[in-house]
Amino acid sequence: MELISGLFHAIPYEQILIQTLNGIVTGMILALVASGLTLIFGIMDVVNFAHGELFMLGAYMGVVVLAVTGNFWLALVLASLIVALIGAALQITTLRPLLGRDPLTTILATFGISLVLQNYALWQFGPVPRKIQEPITGQFALFYLEYPWYRILIAVLSAAIIGGFWLFLKYGTYGIWIRATTQDRVMAQAMGIPVPWVHTAAFAIGAGMAAASGVLFGPLIGVNHAMGVDWILKAFIVVVVGGMGSLGGSIAASIFVSLLEAYASIWVSPAQAGIVSFVVLILTLLFRPTGLFVPTPK
Amino acid sequence: MIKRRSTAPFWTGFAIIVALLIIAPLVLPEFWRRFVTEILIWGLLAMSSDILIGYTGMVSFGHSAFFGLGMYGAAAALLTVKPPNLWLAILYGLVGSAGVALFVAYFSTRLRDIYFAITTLIFSQIFYVIIFTWTEVTGGENGLTFSRPQLGIPGLYSQPFTSNTLHWFVVAVVAASYLILRRITQSPFGMVIQSIRENEPRTRAIGYAVERYKMVAVMLSGLFAGLAGVLYAIQNRFAAPDFVYFLVSGEAVIFNVMGGIGTLVGPIAGAAFYLLLRELFSRFLTEYYLIPVGIIFIAMIIFLPQGLLGFMRRRLNQ
Amino acid sequence: MIASDASPASLVDLEDIHTYYGKSHILHGVSLRVGRGEVVGLLGRNGVGKSTTLKTIMGLVNPSRGRILFEGRPVTNLPAHRLARIGIAYVPEDRRIFRLLTVMENLRTGLDRNGVSEARKQELLDKAFSYFPVLAERRNQPGGTLSGGEQQMLAIARAMMLEPKIILLDEPTEGLMPRMVSQIREIIDVLHRDGVAILLVEQNVPLTLEASQRVYIMEKGTVRHHCPASELTVNHAVIHQYLGV
Repeated sequence: MELISGLFHAIPYEQILIQTLNGIVTGMILALVASGLTLIFGIMDVVNFAHGELFMLGAYMGVVVLAVTGNFWLALVLASLIVALIGAALQITTLRPLLGRDPLTTILATFGISLVLQNYALWQFGPVPRKIQEPITGQFALFYLEYPWYRILIAVLSAAIIGGFWLFLKYGTYGIWIRATTQDRVMAQAMGIPVPWVHTAAFAIGAGMAAASGVLFGPLIGVNHAMGVDWILKAFIVVVVGGMGSLGGSIAASIFVSLLEAYASIWVSPAQAGIVSFVVLILTLLFRPTGLFVPTPK
Repeated sequence: MIKRRSTAPFWTGFAIIVALLIIAPLVLPEFWRRFVTEILIWGLLAMSSDILIGYTGMVSFGHSAFFGLGMYGAAAALLTVKPPNLWLAILYGLVGSAGVALFVAYFSTRLRDIYFAITTLIFSQIFYVIIFTWTEVTGGENGLTFSRPQLGIPGLYSQPFTSNTLHWFVVAVVAASYLILRRITQSPFGMVIQSIRENEPRTRAIGYAVERYKMVAVMLSGLFAGLAGVLYAIQNRFAAPDFVYFLVSGEAVIFNVMGGIGTLVGPIAGAAFYLLLRELFSRFLTEYYLIPVGIIFIAMIIFLPQGLLGFMRRRLNQ
Repeated sequence: MIASDASPASLVDLEDIHTYYGKSHILHGVSLRVGRGEVVGLLGRNGVGKSTTLKTIMGLVNPSRGRILFEGRPVTNLPAHRLARIGIAYVPEDRRIFRLLTVMENLRTGLDRNGVSEARKQELLDKAFSYFPVLAERRNQPGGTLSGGEQQMLAIARAMMLEPKIILLDEPTEGLMPRMVSQIREIIDVLHRDGVAILLVEQNVPLTLEASQRVYIMEKGTVRHHCPASELTVNHAVIHQYLGV
């Protein structure tokens, strides 16, 4: 009896609950980033190396709009729109000419774009991180902590954006176009769907989602030119673990991996907790290479 | 009967270039001499990656891991064994990179194309994180510094490297590597991996154990990348986690594409081109040279996909 | 080529089309014509290039030489989605319905076009469901759950949603049970009565000869024979020579 209650007391409940919350918050942001990546990959087989930089650009646009208007929500919306347009422009100029070529070329092209964007941001904004002020600053008491409401807001908004996107895909005309193009690009064209523009739109939507994540996440960390790099790796891991091309899978994987990392950080340092995602990836590749959250193909 | 093509043009060209490289330190100012040595080392890395990308058709972003482990392996030898021994450094470095290569090779057989590329990328990051955080062993963020070993054969003679002899040593190693790799690509093994690149299912259907060939290709690639890492360590006398960062792999791939994949020597030209551009632009734009260089890179992918030397691919492979 | 005196106005014209797949020279100068509202058959052994001809008309493959005219206007290198909008619909050999989309969503890919009123859309849907009642029953099921025959019907219905002037049908009866085959036969007649032209590629020679007004026979990437369907029904020598039946 004493042994059991001793074990009970050893489990740091409060920490676990706190980390669960943290994990979900980070997971939702990651899910938003990964969704864009999955959309782009699923529809045009492009591994968008520059996705982290779109996240970063979004955050910077947020900084700029916030400075001009003082309104966080305006910053969120405008930053997403601006980056969506930038994404569309990038897709039209650099990715469209590469359609139909070896997939290696698009990986390289987006890698090149990521280098250019990172250095451009460094050039324009300098190396000193910027700050985005969160729109709500209240906190609530969670055990012995003051937990910021803003974090909860992030999770809720990310979920809302993802949910809205899912509804758009399921019911909207253009959503059907996107799904049809993802499944069979050739027949979609034969049905009159303007596939080149669907590709551009999908890239723009993915970019917009990444940008929104950047703005939402901005207040939690400093906005600087390299902030996209960690996210792109995590996002790739999550997309592979979730089953490439599966939207639901990457969302589930995002939360799964983020929770695990959050829990790990109870016992080890955050840098080492980062290894968790790598371990999950390796295990997935060894035992369920098609993805953890995707039904095994028959 | 196999018609033998005249190899005279090749050997003449090769001899000329090697001669130029040998003369280089005698005529160039120190800065440019070092520049040429660096081009050769990065060129070796790019060449090793060409084995995978250009010849076997497997895009890999893992070369920073091979390079980095070669570097740290050499560092380990030079720090733990006194007096620092050149050949031991090379050995340790090769063993280190071979170990990583084995790890990657295993996964290479289970994943194709994009999945393989992303996974190698993530693996190189894993090694980066390990090296970065395991401060006691790897020096963490600051890396390791060590002294340069002596050039020589143990027991016979030894003398310290001068910048000229170091350069010549690098030329010798890279030239030898090129010849070895070239020989390999022209061998039956080389033919098989190229046929894997062209049409993997068909190669398998003919009866080749594709998995084994792929694994050997990865090991080969990893070994020579590690060798480049060893040379770098010896040249610069330090090892830092920056070199294990995936950007290094990215740069290797850039060299390949710019120079022309599947040519072995193209990637060296690509490395030279890239480093020259970088040097040029950084004179005008300080740190932001990657903006124009990146744009040029993207433009080359779209408009010049076969790279600088791609048009010579056939001739170079004869 | 035999010119027909009472030929209807030209809808699709192919003039000396050469098409390559990579290095393979598949079409070696194909010329043919489909008139408004005509049902034209395209026969030939496997591998002669019949499907490639359809794909070239649909803009899914670009010819390296030659011209394609639609209603007299050159459309040679237009992308497929534009051709679909001006009135060419394609029902491919393996049906290729969108498996993860529902029947309804599959139909919507053709329905959701600019300039079509909701009323008209409903009319088109009703028409499709009346021709293919089984689709109405399964309207909310994913396309992949349908049987082979049902998928074929969906593929045709989907093409009809485009209100096309011509439908390119590639082996619609392949792998279908006899009951379904006659259903397809009826659909071809119905479409013909509606004024839709059809270019029909088929291995089923009798069905093709029944349904079509004219037929072309292809061999090794080019048209070798062309005549009214009625002539071919009795000309067994030609049938034997080119089709081996």
